[in-house]
Amino acid sequence: MHTLQQQWFGNVRADVLAGIVVGLALIPEALAFAFIVGVDPRVALYASFTIAVITAFVGGRPGLISAATGAMALVLVSLMADHGLQYVLAATVLTGIIQLILGGFGVANLMRFIPNSVMLGFVNALGIMIFMTQLPYLVGSGVMTYVFAIVTLILVYAVPRFFTAIPAPLIAIVVMTAIALFSGVKLQSIGDLGTMPNSLPTFFLPDIPLNLETLKIILPYSLALAIVGLLESLLTSQVLDDMTDTSSNKNREARGQGIANFITGFFGGMAGCALIGQSVINIKSGGRGRLSTLTAGVFLMFLIIVLGDVVVKIPMPVLAGVMVMVAMTTFNWGSFKFLKSAPRSESVVMLITVAIILYTHNLAIGVVVGVILSALFFVAKISRVTVTNEAGVYKIKGPLFFASTTKFIQSFDQVTGKEVIIDFEDSQLWDESAVGAILKVKQKLESKGSCVIIQNLNASSEQLYGKLL
Amino acid sequence: MRIAVAVDGSENAWRAAKHAIMLAEYLPKAQLEVIYVQDHNKAKNERLLSQSPESLAFEREQKLHPIVALARDSAVKAQIVMLKGNPSQEIIKYVNDKKIDKLIIGSRGLNTFQEMVLGSVSHKVMKHVNCPVTVVK
Repeated sequence: MHTLQQQWFGNVRADVLAGIVVGLALIPEALAFAFIVGVDPRVALYASFTIAVITAFVGGRPGLISAATGAMALVLVSLMADHGLQYVLAATVLTGIIQLILGGFGVANLMRFIPNSVMLGFVNALGIMIFMTQLPYLVGSGVMTYVFAIVTLILVYAVPRFFTAIPAPLIAIVVMTAIALFSGVKLQSIGDLGTMPNSLPTFFLPDIPLNLETLKIILPYSLALAIVGLLESLLTSQVLDDMTDTSSNKNREARGQGIANFITGFFGGMAGCALIGQSVINIKSGGRGRLSTLTAGVFLMFLIIVLGDVVVKIPMPVLAGVMVMVAMTTFNWGSFKFLKSAPRSESVVMLITVAIILYTHNLAIGVVVGVILSALFFVAKISRVTVTNEAGVYKIKGPLFFASTTKFIQSFDQVTGKEVIIDFEDSQLWDESAVGAILKVKQKLESKGSCVIIQNLNASSEQLYGKLL
Repeated sequence: MRIAVAVDGSENAWRAAKHAIMLAEYLPKAQLEVIYVQDHNKAKNERLLSQSPESLAFEREQKLHPIVALARDSAVKAQIVMLKGNPSQEIIKYVNDKKIDKLIIGSRGLNTFQEMVLGSVSHKVMKHVNCPVTVVK
């Protein structure tokens, strides 16, 4: 872990340059995420600014880029539709409080329990949902819409082949907006759907009644947001740890996300979390320190205030084209190979996670069910216990605990003999159920007139056995 | 003399490594360096497709293991060089900075579509390194 000074000023030049690149790369997605939720672009742009700036100071992973994200936007859709912006802001504040508390209790240590099959399900469902949100801007709006969207897509994929200093989506947007303006083609533009901010965000309290009714409305959303935000942020932290060969404090990151969301809600921004794509761009562009995240946030706000009048002219099909690319990058195409090569249970967990998310439109429910399911599969897997008879010696293979004792007891149903030796060399007793099961088998065999000998218990099993008997 | 071979776990890279080890066998004073670049563009998917950071590190080790084993069996001293970033850039930088005398590289590691989008690593490397290069088919 570097000192604070190194985290800020160890890499000034590269951090500032990378931050500028990331600031540019944040704009298209922030706009699109606002349209996904159904709020003014301002809400997502303010969020991206405040979250990036705050996490630069309080985050646990230097170089991580946090802002408004698609995952959080998708959770907020129905809250916005049913109750409006003020509730979205209140939910954002509450999300911050929940994340701060969870971070305080060391929630990041739980990350270990989220298997990669669940994370794959999460990103795949996220990719599919982002893609679906773009269809209304593409389908049924005339031929030119398709043309602009497809040319944008081609540019986004082709440009990096020759030029990588400026993010390709931005180049595509500038080129296609210019073409649209000069050719005079009539297309729906960002200005038709919302207004751009022309000032810095200001502090205000969300206008909601402070009562139990309100809490009942926002709490489910805030819990979902907290889970989704932490999952994506901690996953991104791990990716960055790997890319930079450094470690980071995940619980501090969780608390940092909480502080950022808490404050953002009071400045008219929607909840956000870490962005994998932009964080990777930051590292690739040379960003390593906290200064890169700060620069990204500040530069984003600067651009919006200065260029707001130009940004409203961006045609929606062009933005949608960029978002189709984002959806395709979010989707993990290696998943198909994973389905073929991974153990059946992991494939099932991934598919069910995707299915639940797409059915409920709730990323958090999918993740929670996925984790529970994979935990059950794991217990089922390790609770396999086999008993083999080798000339009167019954060898136990596999751990003995509450989930495996039934099978163990059944294995001795038909056993008879003068002397029955039960060998625990390849086993381990974990709990009271294990000792209880041995006792039961012993009593049953003894009632049939056998003499039972227990042998080869390892030290900790012996201790447990001795203590409980 | 310093010989380097750039590998990525593909079939082609394995053939390149075999060729490099053969060369090193015939050149008794040669030192062999096996370069592996962890591609920043793949970092996200590699993490998602591995169980844990530890299993990811293990999977990377596994890609290099057969090469190290073959070098040992052929009595060739091989050293592993792990780099991170953009594969072609990192290989070029390493080979030029460390004054490698000869580089061996597989003709293609990625699939055709990825090559169309990203460009061929071997082609870029070939153009920009200062030492003789053998591209192994």
